[in-house]
Amino acid sequence: MLTKRIIPCLDVKDGRTVKGVNFLELRDAGDPVELAERYATEGADELVFLDISATLEGRKTLVEMVKAVAAAVHIPFTVGGGISAVSDVRVMLDAGADKVAINSAAVKNPGLVNEISAEFGSQCLVVAIDTKYVDGTDLVHTHGGTKPTKLETVSWSREVCERGAGEILLTSMDHDGTKNGFALDITTRVSKAVSIPVIASGGGGNAVHFAEILHNGIADAALAASIFHYKEVEIADLKTSLLQNNIPVRI
Amino acid sequence: MKLAIVKYNAGNVQSLTFALNRLGVDPILTDDPDELFSADKVIFPGQGEASSAMRSLKRNGLDHVLTGLKQPFLGVCLGMQLMCERTEENHTECLGIIPIQVKRFIPNGIKVPHMGWNDITKLNSPLLKGVQEGSYIYFVHSYYLPVCEYTTAECTYDVPFTALLQKDNFYAIQAHPEKSAEPGMAILENFLKL
Repeated sequence: MLTKRIIPCLDVKDGRTVKGVNFLELRDAGDPVELAERYATEGADELVFLDISATLEGRKTLVEMVKAVAAAVHIPFTVGGGISAVSDVRVMLDAGADKVAINSAAVKNPGLVNEISAEFGSQCLVVAIDTKYVDGTDLVHTHGGTKPTKLETVSWSREVCERGAGEILLTSMDHDGTKNGFALDITTRVSKAVSIPVIASGGGGNAVHFAEILHNGIADAALAASIFHYKEVEIADLKTSLLQNNIPVRI
Repeated sequence: MKLAIVKYNAGNVQSLTFALNRLGVDPILTDDPDELFSADKVIFPGQGEASSAMRSLKRNGLDHVLTGLKQPFLGVCLGMQLMCERTEENHTECLGIIPIQVKRFIPNGIKVPHMGWNDITKLNSPLLKGVQEGSYIYFVHSYYLPVCEYTTAECTYDVPFTALLQKDNFYAIQAHPEKSAEPGMAILENFLKL
């Protein structure tokens, strides 16, 4: 049986892992390669690296980091942040990434989703969507969640699916960093609207939250960052708890 | 040991190379027929779309080279599908090594691609020595081989399908062994020992 995936996310800036609350107040959380190895050993099913370096130097560091991660771990990993062209994708895949995530660039140029999936296949393309509830509507936000767009989240999800995305990484900015649980409503609606897997992100604080979001028909995978970095939740314990709740996971 | 990875325009082999390095083998990436014929073993990777992958193989005459190889040969993911007769993916004629047709998963109540860790059963392959029944390996694919006489391990996603197969010297795996943690490394190691 296909299992639900637990995915630690590592926000990376200039070669270090960082974590903030509601996209702000960054704290250092360690060496990304060491963390990746630790997570792989502890039973993570995949990893996601989101680069938030603003500089060219930081981007170069990222390529070296991707190579180091690919050499160190034997589970799939995704790299996102600042990818805006087919050539950026090629650099990351050649360095050993399995998938890339695009976010703002897809909103700016939706054709990029078609281009990347035609060139490399849907399987390597994750479209990341940051969503926030604004005046009664779930709206897509870009640029690390700072810029609202006019795109409604469910219809945008459907569009990227049709354009060839292989997977959607849906982050609720309302829930991110709160540890009060994932965004069940919007995640359910996105998941029902598309035929591709959906990774839920934002708000996971304990095993109950993961069980809620991974329950039948909602998310195919759940992602979290700081609770894993700071060992507030151990991946092995989390998976044991999910199994006890009849949610299929790989142990 | 001389291990050749088939070079053509379909997917990145960086992770596969790293995994083989860890097992003490330094593979060569080549599209040279002489290199491929003289290798002790050949791995045929693949990601992406079938028709463009087949075009890339034919452009270099690799389609005829691959079907004529006599040494242990391992197709991975799209590589496995290209070894078959044809695939529903853009109605592509493939290499014809395995006389089976590749079908598409129907996204009717299931998500497509089939992406993630799934368990394999009915294990019957030298590649699976030391791998336990029900082990999880990592899959990413939208098309599948039905279970057939060449199947050496099964997996189920909506329907049962071929996870591993063997016909003579031709072995193949639908999942990504280089991304499948310990069971995946065991499969690669067993292939190297054939």
